[in-house]
Amino acid sequence: MIDDGSRDATAAVARAGGAHAVELPFNVGVGGAVRTGLHFARDRGYDRAVVIDADGQHDPGGISDLLDALDHGADMAVGSRFADDPNTDKEAYKVGRTRRRAMRFLSLVVRALTGQRFTDTTSGFRALDRPVIELLAREYPVEYLADTVEALLITLNAGFRVQEVPIAMRPRAAGTPSTRSIKLVLNYLRLLVGILSSASRRARLRRKERG
Amino acid sequence: MSTRAHVVVLLVTAGTALFILRLVRLRQLRSKYALLWLTIGVLMLPLAAFPGMLNTVSRWFGVYYAPTTFLFLATGFLFLVVVHFSWELSRLETRVRNLAEDLALLRSEVEDAPEPDRV
Repeated sequence: MIDDGSRDATAAVARAGGAHAVELPFNVGVGGAVRTGLHFARDRGYDRAVVIDADGQHDPGGISDLLDALDHGADMAVGSRFADDPNTDKEAYKVGRTRRRAMRFLSLVVRALTGQRFTDTTSGFRALDRPVIELLAREYPVEYLADTVEALLITLNAGFRVQEVPIAMRPRAAGTPSTRSIKLVLNYLRLLVGILSSASRRARLRRKERG
Repeated sequence: MSTRAHVVVLLVTAGTALFILRLVRLRQLRSKYALLWLTIGVLMLPLAAFPGMLNTVSRWFGVYYAPTTFLFLATGFLFLVVVHFSWELSRLETRVRNLAEDLALLRSEVEDAPEPDRV
């Protein structure tokens, strides 16, 4: 459990529940927190890591589905809130119009850059195999909100197999949503700058390798 | 320039230079910045003392209205300084973040260590 500078008893509660708690001295943002977790997994020699939100929206029951995907050859499994589920009992995740548009736009960006189709590029519910843990512990983007999409791009560009797995969402159990209209738009703009700059950086690296 | 304006400009420039010197002496400024601002001060003082110089310099560059030379150089310089600060800030932010993460991980390692390993 990564405690990103919270002032409540989060870490103590997590420890009481038997978790390793890693407390960041101050808030470093989602990306930094995830990277800390990946460093932890890498340094302690874990073979697989699952990243899951702490606000209760991700159903831990989905973990087995994600790990299943790893068992079947994927290097990273992404829990998608929108992917079609053959078993159909999972309720569609409802989002506002602006957010839905932004997400669809991000899917397009990812498809343009990688040629692969993903329905939910910003999902933070993921399972990673050891090589991806090592890659992302090194390269995880720490800018806020850019992290999920960019991490997906980095993983795909490194040649790993990424598979989407349908997951159910639960209502948020605690906390307030971290994004609101104007701020959301600004964040998506920042995200776009981040994606484009890292895409061009990777392109340059590839050219260097070839030339 | 009127005598009064001349005196005011001179006093302000000298005051600023002294202020920077003070900061340097109290070690409140890293030397690289101190050097930067002191250079500026040294360049500004003669300009404030002898406003005629600005006219001469402007004529060299083919600028007809002397104050624009000053404003142009000032904006250009400030722009560079601000860009440099953004760059420096980004770098510092990255370093602080990395330190915070390492600290958190090390602390958790200490906490998880069996008792005899604890110092």
